[in-house]
Amino acid sequence: MPQDAIADPRYARAAPRRGVRLSWRDPTVRSIVWQIVIIGLVGFVVWWLVSNTMRNLEVRRIATGFGFLNREAGLPIAEAMIPYTPADTYARALLVGILNTLRVAVIGIVLSTILGTVIGIARLSQNWLLAKLAAIYVELLRDLPLLLQLLFWYALMQGLPGPRQAVNPFGSVFLSNRGIKFPWIAWEPAHTAALVALVAGTAALVLLARRFTARQMATGVRPKLWPWALALLLGLPAAVWAAMGAPFAIDAPVLRGFNFQGGATITPEFAALLLGLVLYTAAFIAEIVRAGILAVHTGQWEAAGALGLSRGEQLRLIILPQALRVIIPPMTSQYLNITKNSSLAVAIGYQDIVSIANTTLNQTGQAIEGIAIIMAVYLTISLSISLFMNWYNARIALKER
Amino acid sequence: MTPPPAQSATLGANGMPVPSEEPRRPPVLSVGLLGWLRANLFSSWLNTAVTLVLAYFVISWALGLISWGVINAVWDVPGTGAQVDTSACRAIRGEGACWALIGEKYRFILFGLYPFDEQWRPALVVVIFVALYVVSAMRRFWNRWLGLVWIAALTVIGVLMWGGVFGLRFVEQERWGGLPITLILSTFGIAFAFPLSILVALGRRQTSMPAVKALCVVYIELIRGVPLISLLFMASVMFPLFLPEGMNIDKLLRAQVAIILFAAAYLAEVVRGGLQALPRGQYEAADALGLSYWQKTGFIVLPQALRLVIPPLVNTFIGMFKDTSLVLIIGIFDLLNTAKTSIIEPAWQGFGIEAYLFVSAIYFVFCFAMSKYSQDLEAEFNRHRRR
Repeated sequence: MPQDAIADPRYARAAPRRGVRLSWRDPTVRSIVWQIVIIGLVGFVVWWLVSNTMRNLEVRRIATGFGFLNREAGLPIAEAMIPYTPADTYARALLVGILNTLRVAVIGIVLSTILGTVIGIARLSQNWLLAKLAAIYVELLRDLPLLLQLLFWYALMQGLPGPRQAVNPFGSVFLSNRGIKFPWIAWEPAHTAALVALVAGTAALVLLARRFTARQMATGVRPKLWPWALALLLGLPAAVWAAMGAPFAIDAPVLRGFNFQGGATITPEFAALLLGLVLYTAAFIAEIVRAGILAVHTGQWEAAGALGLSRGEQLRLIILPQALRVIIPPMTSQYLNITKNSSLAVAIGYQDIVSIANTTLNQTGQAIEGIAIIMAVYLTISLSISLFMNWYNARIALKER
Repeated sequence: MTPPPAQSATLGANGMPVPSEEPRRPPVLSVGLLGWLRANLFSSWLNTAVTLVLAYFVISWALGLISWGVINAVWDVPGTGAQVDTSACRAIRGEGACWALIGEKYRFILFGLYPFDEQWRPALVVVIFVALYVVSAMRRFWNRWLGLVWIAALTVIGVLMWGGVFGLRFVEQERWGGLPITLILSTFGIAFAFPLSILVALGRRQTSMPAVKALCVVYIELIRGVPLISLLFMASVMFPLFLPEGMNIDKLLRAQVAIILFAAAYLAEVVRGGLQALPRGQYEAADALGLSYWQKTGFIVLPQALRLVIPPLVNTFIGMFKDTSLVLIIGIFDLLNTAKTSIIEPAWQGFGIEAYLFVSAIYFVFCFAMSKYSQDLEAEFNRHRRR
């Protein structure tokens, strides 16, 4: 636009103001009226339900409020990640439930991502048998209800023989109807310290890698990273462990009487839940991974090859970053699904938050509070996963200028 | 004029001499069974190793499955009802399947506690449901009559299940069970959730009505953020508190409402995807024609937007069909719950695998048919994009 056109007084003039005509033909009036009507209707229904509830609570003399959280729960919990006895409060019992939910969700997400990616790539394999088996796996597992699969695995676990006739596939690993027993390191403070050192080393390595990349950008020479990686990931934890006396003892399960002593245990409930969740979700993730890889144009492989990149470099530098953009959003919803589906634990007796909140509401009669707790927990977890994955998605998104 | 060089016959098309000392070997066979095997199973040593390992596992599993499910299986046990003698099954446990359980209990698993003599009615209901699905899947019948067919079919189903008219014995809802419950929950769920989801999806795109938009966003995100179980618990323990005293709604209907509300939120997101994928020009052209909002939506937007999202819609329907099994947790006798209950008698305890495999086959047939249908439809809709 030429300079003198802006100076033209006609451009400085504001658009004519249009007053609101009180007429049904005016879209503004219409939308305001509709909104008032709809909000009024919804508000009325909510008010009606709330007032009914209030009256019902009064009539049935049901207490309200979260005061029950501080009372003694008296409900036994088979597996807890933090010390817990039935003499503890409801609040602590619910915390145990939340941790149990998070445990199965986190392990499930990691395992199903690995298994799903493997199966998704297997379905694209040039080996006909491998591709067909992967396809059969996906079709079969996707088309059966998860709850049915959980009950199936649980029935299978319960069908295992008792501890005295336990199946012993190898070493000191025992499968029985009491769960899976396997040897584990006798845990000492030194091991915890080594684990902390590993986390610190990883963080340091990430920072170092960033500095090296910056130096590569500046000078064109990339310093060698692998000696640092070796030192930080292996050397540092080993040094910490050795400094604290290098304790090492294997705690193997031994049959004593009617049950096993020692070793680590995976309960049948947890095993069935994790197995069901991972196998089911992996089928969906496999399809997402396959679609993501197929979505990258063949020309990208060819162009990468023309640049002289090796097959691995082509996949890592060219194909995967593009496939990830397609994969991440549906993957996010699968992660949310795992978390929400872990609530099916209640059907096979794994004590997650739903199971414990359900027992709580049966014991106290405070249904509204119990369900509110379940919903609040899942909303929090869901929103956290969404936020994290949206952040990650924005990070890897195509930077358009 | 010089004659061309005599050696020109041994020069290739690019002018390079063709090595002719050795006879060339015939190309590797690339057609026929042998060629196919070589290309798809034994193309490299790694591929060959993978094929051999997998073939070993497949064959050994298949043999194990045949010996468990067919050769060693027990097909019949003496006695019936409470006097049944399952010792033959117990003796072979772990090595053979006990299909006698299915022979004894299949009527219970399929129809629950519905009166035994009247079980032709739920059987007919299942047939009507299947016919309804088949008719709805054929594009030839996608017209306004389909809605009427649905209303008629659902009415007939109600009459058959309840009875009480036309000389049919009245059967109270507590005695329904099995496959009809699963089909009722999923079919009525879709029939009500789908229209609701369209309204919610349209509401979420109303930029001119912020209050309506906010309402729809809160509804969708709230429902999608919590598991279905929490809604079912709400329906089973909290819902009675919501209603005025004396008013009561039976459990099945409450679960149905929870499933509808749950499914509508997921379907709304699918429909919204279709609304967003539609080019802006379509909206503007409809406005330019002077159509009202509902004319624009009904004639221009929805027919195109819904067409775009039919495959994901069918996938959501499959998910819903599977999710109806969750009503087991609040004690409604759907197909999965009858299977779980069929092994509760001491005589049949421990034969869960057989019962679950039986219902798995039923679930698989329904879901696989829907999933194949959705894939075919997707391929057909994308045909114009193929090259």
